[in-house]
Amino acid sequence: MKWVSLLRVALILALVGLLEVLCRTGGIDTFTMQAPSKILVDLGQMLSSGKLNASIAKTMSNASIAFVLAVSVGIVVAVLIHTKPTLREALDPLFATYYAIPVLAFYPMFIIIFGLGNVPKILIAFMLGVVAVIVNTLNGLDRVPRVLIKSARIARLSPTQTALKVTLPFAAPFILTGVKFAIAYALIGIIGSEFIMSTDGMGFEIAFAYNNFDNATMYPLILLVVLVSISANMLLGMWERKILSRRGLL
Amino acid sequence: MPGAMSASHVCLRGVSKVFRTEHSVVHALGPMDLDLQRGEFYAVVGPSGCGKSTLLELLAGLSKATEGEITFEGQPIGDNIPDGVGVVFQEDASFPWLNVSENIAFGLAQRNTPANEQQRLVDHALDIMGLKAFANSYPSQLSGGMRQRVCIARTLVLQPRLILLDEPFGALDQQTRLLMGEELLKLWRDTGATVFLITHALDEAAMLADRIGVMSARPGRLLETIHTGWPRERDSRIVESPEFGQVTARLWQHLRQESMKSIGKGVERA
Repeated sequence: MKWVSLLRVALILALVGLLEVLCRTGGIDTFTMQAPSKILVDLGQMLSSGKLNASIAKTMSNASIAFVLAVSVGIVVAVLIHTKPTLREALDPLFATYYAIPVLAFYPMFIIIFGLGNVPKILIAFMLGVVAVIVNTLNGLDRVPRVLIKSARIARLSPTQTALKVTLPFAAPFILTGVKFAIAYALIGIIGSEFIMSTDGMGFEIAFAYNNFDNATMYPLILLVVLVSISANMLLGMWERKILSRRGLL
Repeated sequence: MPGAMSASHVCLRGVSKVFRTEHSVVHALGPMDLDLQRGEFYAVVGPSGCGKSTLLELLAGLSKATEGEITFEGQPIGDNIPDGVGVVFQEDASFPWLNVSENIAFGLAQRNTPANEQQRLVDHALDIMGLKAFANSYPSQLSGGMRQRVCIARTLVLQPRLILLDEPFGALDQQTRLLMGEELLKLWRDTGATVFLITHALDEAAMLADRIGVMSARPGRLLETIHTGWPRERDSRIVESPEFGQVTARLWQHLRQESMKSIGKGVERA
């Protein structure tokens, strides 16, 4: 296991190193790509100058709102659907085909309805994430052993208490899978919308920098998005490993 | 006053259970009459699929009788789960996300028992079930027998007046079962609770119970009730006595034919 991790880090470092060498030697010209070391330095300067902080904050707060909504609404909806088998049966095929819909295509429509502000972007990001949370939560709830439900009834728990104290805790590892999706989708939804049409946000700034051949802004912003997404995912991964190892599943 | 209607702790009159689905009607149980006396240890044996677990679910209030009435301490058991009833299931019912202490405290927390009182009761339960060293372990780190002890402790800590056990030692090896049986006898004596035990192991029923009800193949009815006549102070060494052999022999006499019916063989002529 130790060796595998080392190999993984070595592979990533090798790729970054290769990119660095290619950029430094002129294998890749500076209009196409910046050297990774320069991207890092630019990112530091960008953050310390603070000129894009408002856009970064805007994107992060919109993504956070969409993420929290997708997770909370997704879990509540899953719990409700789970108690109604007929409704569940009716909805299951719709969930299965949901991700065939290009949700971003609805963005112009939402702008017409809600105006060019935060709401259409949050809605897009929410719509992308919520079904992943619902589907994964339902998957977890399906696996709760009947004997645990019986134990909850014997302990005289109400349906809400049963969900909060028995079925959702049991389903936690599955819900976490949905939550990880929700993080990625929240960022995709917000930044994607900002690319298409927006007056601020990281996606807007990336697109603006692209149009102005401003690689010194574009690449650091892309790196920042990647870093945020990966760190959030890693934090959840640590939590997930803790839960799974308690259950002897790791 | 509870118990005014009937002197028995638990009373079943004309109880039957029929499962109906769109395509089939299964008569699972009854009609059945049964009285459990307060503080009695009652065991039920019967062929597989005879409705033993259905009977336990009815007593626990987990499902409703199609016909007849069940009372616990004089109060009818309907859809609502009666207070004072504890159940230990055959399957592992420990909560994998809680450690042993938290598992045992689950019902206490639900009852809003004060924290220090909870701690005291949990410590006591850990002590008598031999789980003290594992208080902070998670169920995944324990053997099947120890997990079942956690479930028993979780039930006992609520001090139920009626304890329902559905083949609680079914998944354990024979030696562990005998020792767990001894533990159960001790707990039964100490708490004074009424115990209703379902088992498929004739020796287990014969060793533990005051009375043993023998059930028929489906639909489950009571064929016979055997009084073991053991003293209240007893342990697993009872299996060495000649009377123990007589009790198990009688149980098998009744059960042999029923078990054959349940596995689909015709009844042989003697």
